[in-house]
Amino acid sequence: MANSHLTPGVAPGRLQADAYRDNFADKMPPFNAHEAAVAADRCYFCHDAPCVTACPTSIDIPMFIREIQTGTPEAAAKTIFEQNILGGMCARVCPTEQLCEEVCVREVAEGKPVEIGRLQRFATDTLMAAGVHPFTRAAPTGKRVAVVGAGPSGLACAHRLAMRGHDVVLFDARAKPGGLNEYGIAAYKTVNDYAQKEVAWLTQIGGITIETGKSLGRELSLEGLSAQYDAVFLGIGLSGVNALRTEGEEKSHVQDAVDFIAQLRQAATLANIEVGRDVVVIGGGMTAVDAAVQSKLLGAEHVTMVYRRDRDHMSASEHEQDHAASKGVRIITGAAPVRFIGNGAVRAVEFAYTQETEEGLRLTEETFRLKADQVFKAIGQTLEGTPEGLQLSGRKIAVTGAGRTNLPGIWAGGDCATGGDDLTVTAVAEGRDAAEDIHASLMG
Amino acid sequence: MADLSTDFVGIKSPNPFWLASAPPTDKEYNVRRAYEAGWGGVVWKTLGEEGPPVVNVNGPRYGAVWGADRRLLGLSNIELITDRPLEVNLREIKSVKRDYPDRALVVSLMVPCEEQAWKAILPHVEETGADGIELNFGCPHGMAERGMGSAVGQVPEYIEMVTRWCKQNTRMPVIVKLTPNITNILYPAEAAKRGGADAVSLINTINSITAVNLDTMAPEPMIDGKGTHGGYCGPAVKPIALNMVAEIARNPETAGLPISGIGGVTTWRDAAEFLSLGAGNVQVCTAAMTYGFRVVQEMISGLSEWMDEKGYTSVEQVVGRAVPNVTDWQYLNLNYVTKARIDQEACISCGRCFAACEDTSHQAISMSEDRVFEVQDDECVACNLCVNVCPVEGCITMEQVAPGQVDPRTGQTVTEKYANWTSHPNNPAARAAE
Repeated sequence: MANSHLTPGVAPGRLQADAYRDNFADKMPPFNAHEAAVAADRCYFCHDAPCVTACPTSIDIPMFIREIQTGTPEAAAKTIFEQNILGGMCARVCPTEQLCEEVCVREVAEGKPVEIGRLQRFATDTLMAAGVHPFTRAAPTGKRVAVVGAGPSGLACAHRLAMRGHDVVLFDARAKPGGLNEYGIAAYKTVNDYAQKEVAWLTQIGGITIETGKSLGRELSLEGLSAQYDAVFLGIGLSGVNALRTEGEEKSHVQDAVDFIAQLRQAATLANIEVGRDVVVIGGGMTAVDAAVQSKLLGAEHVTMVYRRDRDHMSASEHEQDHAASKGVRIITGAAPVRFIGNGAVRAVEFAYTQETEEGLRLTEETFRLKADQVFKAIGQTLEGTPEGLQLSGRKIAVTGAGRTNLPGIWAGGDCATGGDDLTVTAVAEGRDAAEDIHASLMG
Repeated sequence: MADLSTDFVGIKSPNPFWLASAPPTDKEYNVRRAYEAGWGGVVWKTLGEEGPPVVNVNGPRYGAVWGADRRLLGLSNIELITDRPLEVNLREIKSVKRDYPDRALVVSLMVPCEEQAWKAILPHVEETGADGIELNFGCPHGMAERGMGSAVGQVPEYIEMVTRWCKQNTRMPVIVKLTPNITNILYPAEAAKRGGADAVSLINTINSITAVNLDTMAPEPMIDGKGTHGGYCGPAVKPIALNMVAEIARNPETAGLPISGIGGVTTWRDAAEFLSLGAGNVQVCTAAMTYGFRVVQEMISGLSEWMDEKGYTSVEQVVGRAVPNVTDWQYLNLNYVTKARIDQEACISCGRCFAACEDTSHQAISMSEDRVFEVQDDECVACNLCVNVCPVEGCITMEQVAPGQVDPRTGQTVTEKYANWTSHPNNPAARAAE
């Protein structure tokens, strides 16, 4: 293929084969044993450590780092997995700079935290590479639980339930389990089919049956599940996307960023993926960053992220923003799209500058145009297909305590439910805690 | 600029940094390079008597203890004295000394505990033009099994006897190297003095097993599944060496006896500490073996800068300066009261002081909801543990409670008056004296 970054329009194969390999290699390569030892030595083993408090799953971080330091990374991994069975994925995708590492006393003191995320990856990778699953199931309880959604919260919930001796059927609408881990995260953050390997490793606990291609509202109904199972956990995520409602949104090559990201993750050959020469991404979150950076890595000449408010309001962390900038993504803040221009296919986007007012964000008269032959919309996901009878709070399933919905026997957690940030690690914590609550309810 | 040159028992050297008798000083090639790197003197690795040389093991000779980032803190060795023929060493010593007349060259010796053996070797050493001899009464491994090294150093009568033989049979200054593998360093030091030693050097290495290989269940370093105790040295042994040097320096029987300080000298600061406790110079080994000969440059520049800063113009002015402040516990001032103080600006809220005090000491540090750590004066005994576990230097300090103020822990008003255990009412001996 003779395409390059200068090829007009939307085209595949803009790069040489080895450029794809390099661009989509592990974003943060794993520590070797010596690097891990040096990094571990920096931990002060704080009393009542702030990093533990900052971790939504409350991993005993000083303890696992000490276990690495003393040459027992497998024990370190067990310490991690006891709290967070998806500790391996979280080590890759957690915004640690906003969680554990942000409050590390060495970050506060020196601006250089202990590299907790990478140490966590070192420990969990070591144990998983050994093929060891460190937990065993309790005696069978005879109870059956349906878990809907095999994303982070569903996987965490299923594992904990299985560990407590319950039989779990884990349903997912997509062809593969993993949820956002499999479909929603930039490829360079989780290389080598890690999401599937993690699911396979996690289900070694036994007692979990995975049924893919089954979604609520189609093959499954909440009523049916309630009747067949002793309890139901909903970890269905946010499968809808927010609409822009902007003139010309229907033009071709105006796409949802989540679809692009999923397509990338599932592609057997990255060179087959089409990308524009001029790409515009609308939004200011992690999804926007992942779409923008990966467009650039696929060989787009110009990639611009446009966010309607200022930088402080962007939900993508500073670290993510810096990463995007380092890959050559231009970030414009304080502008919102007003019109997509083009004859059939998009050619440009017109934006208006915005102004923060007491009544909220307002468009100003001042506009500008960005050349665009591909536009990704990343302005947030939304709950879709909520079963009837479930009470919502805002746009999410209302839960109290450890994920209890208003319906008896139905729990919910992760992005679809209220409470916590929409983070993998938060979803894991909610799934785990709901499992314990389900266990207590079933056995109580 | 401070003058770093020293005259140690008549042996002159441009600086107080000598390489100790050890692998780095086993041959001409090394010693020439050491002098070129700036070392003021060298104690040539121990020579044995004429005849077939000793043999070393062919497996590992060293074991180690590491700190963070594999920083070498302690090294143990099972190497014996030189395993090269006596005549080769003597020839090389002569050649080196001829080319470096301004540097100190002392020859370490270890021959059987018979007068004839010492009488035989001394003229050979004299003939090389070496500046002095050091009697190796310290090696704790291998040679001790053959009645030499620390086997001699652990028997004061032998030390005295051999020292006397040497003094009677050579014009060279005699330095007696002491082993720390004894209960009281003063006995061998006094014996050396009685024998006429010009100086003592200490410490030699400490009997040790650095680690056990838990797979093979054998000590390290392991030779074909077995291990033996080796001689421990390096930064880890410095506190033991400092104490022994100080004990000799302040003991009336040995006060004034020149001391060559050895044991974990790694930086200029370590050297200055040895000097202040009475050493006339220092000998270094592990630091050179870890970092190469170049480290001496930092030692020279560091000592020189510090002396300039303090206004010391010669090494002599530093030697023994801290000795008057080394005392017995019973003379420490019991009316000197301090309390820990935490600098809240410097505190990084790690909570290690709290954990240490709460779990293992006096529950004298409080922790608030928002991780502010404060000293409770009514519980603080001023033990200093919080200072020692704090990762931030200078964050926690011990501040004196001024005389006239009440110590909230004891309820007593702090007095300016010096008072020690000898006169304390709880001391039965003090009472009996009344």
